[in-house]
Amino acid sequence: MSPREIFALRDHLGAELTGRTLSDAQTCMSLTDILSQSVLGGRLRELSGRSVLLKLSDQLRSGLAMIELDGIARRMLLCPPDLNPSHLEALIADAEIDAVVTDESDRWAGTGVPLIVTAQLPLEATAPAKTERATEWLMLTSGTSGVPKIAGHTLEALTGAIVAEGTARGPAPVWATFYDIRRYGGLQIFLRAVLSGGSMVLSDPHETLGDHVARLKARGVSHISGTPSHWRKLLMSGSAAQFAPAYVRLSGEIADQAVLDGLKAAFPNSSVGHAYASTEAGVGFAVNDGLEGFPADYLGNRNGVEMKVVEGSLRIRSTRTAHAYVGRNAAALTDDDGFVDSGDIVELRGERYYFVGRRGGIINIGGLKVHPEEIEAVINRHPDARMSRAKSRKSPITGGIVVADVILTEGTDPARAKEIRDQILERCRAQLASHKVPAVIRFVEALDVTPAGKLARTDA
Amino acid sequence: MSVRSKVIDAIQQIAKEQHVTLPALSDDLSLHETGFDSLAFAILVARLEDETGVDPFTISEDAAFPATVGDFVRAYENVPA
Repeated sequence: MSPREIFALRDHLGAELTGRTLSDAQTCMSLTDILSQSVLGGRLRELSGRSVLLKLSDQLRSGLAMIELDGIARRMLLCPPDLNPSHLEALIADAEIDAVVTDESDRWAGTGVPLIVTAQLPLEATAPAKTERATEWLMLTSGTSGVPKIAGHTLEALTGAIVAEGTARGPAPVWATFYDIRRYGGLQIFLRAVLSGGSMVLSDPHETLGDHVARLKARGVSHISGTPSHWRKLLMSGSAAQFAPAYVRLSGEIADQAVLDGLKAAFPNSSVGHAYASTEAGVGFAVNDGLEGFPADYLGNRNGVEMKVVEGSLRIRSTRTAHAYVGRNAAALTDDDGFVDSGDIVELRGERYYFVGRRGGIINIGGLKVHPEEIEAVINRHPDARMSRAKSRKSPITGGIVVADVILTEGTDPARAKEIRDQILERCRAQLASHKVPAVIRFVEALDVTPAGKLARTDA
Repeated sequence: MSVRSKVIDAIQQIAKEQHVTLPALSDDLSLHETGFDSLAFAILVARLEDETGVDPFTISEDAAFPATVGDFVRAYENVPA
């Protein structure tokens, strides 16, 4: 029996596909000859078989380093930009890190990490490397507090959904995402760009939304993904005009009907789809019928992804999930049957399942459990509401009440606020149990979004 | 607008939203007789806090919840500025 052939990212990149680029706001890098160039100063050999912490201040060099390291390093741990530095020590021990790729080598001197490699531009010429092993990809969960968990993936698991979908006909796509590629949602898009033979336009946290969209247009972006919060911000900014991607994708938060309809109106010629994925559960499925939720017959075994609902929570078993949490005291990632419990609560209505919220995000209203997302979905359906956040507020009478902050759709006359508030409350009363109806609705200019692109829920 | 009329306005607004038919709001009407349930009172207290900046029932730990409409209004009138 011969060992199974191992593919790494480099095996999807070759000089035969010309015109491919990886770009950010400053630099546009050709991917055509990328295998003969090194962002690691030609020091890739030293990193062979190592457990590498990838800790860079920009996505461009991170992406180039991933291409070089995959198939060579034993492991690589991707650090998102908002990682709390005080968690590094625990992560280094848990992931058995013995090398770091950084752009701040001074900060790593004397930390005890035996090998420090500086990632730098311009690229240096190097001899193309050959794939040696299946590198383990370590990603951090975007939890709220404490040291993030480390989820272990293989490239095969990470790209399972991409390979299953196959390559689309027509010109190679130009992908972009509002996510950072060092998080699961963004990495999916980076991998799509590499595997599809296409190009990728990276986001930049220091850029205004208007400048970002101008860059997306200039680079001819055809496929783009983000969270519903990212997309709502884009719709509110008024920057979406003249941008006409072929494919618009949402993931990472509940895509409610209002945001799907809003995107369809803003991009009438685009196909709009939402995907269900998480760092632990991998890519579950994509929904392309323009409706929120997903058809009930997605449960069971579908294209190798098995799903079931246990105590309201979606559980997933597939070859695309992470294979384990990594670390000294790592919890089990799956139940005894190999299913990952997503913690995403779904509800069957008719022939469709709808996401109602996160199990960990429940707020307590006078002893009753409430998913804030359920309330927000009703508010967001009002044509004058663009985005909202429901939360609990202490009450001396009932212990807690629901209050909601709402951003009005761009161009709404502020004089209509009272009328809109009454209409929203009327809708909430018609569609929600009385304790879920907001006691107070405030109109706000902005709502906080976390670095992972999700609505900030500090009280949850 | 006086504190009293703010309170009365808010009661009437919430009664409308909650489909509660209020009796005439005299000072000696017991709060129980308003037809408000605890959720309606919770909404009332939260809205008045937003409008007046005070929640007299949380500020003072030993404050008993008022028994009548008059007591309720006075709880807001008597808050030190």
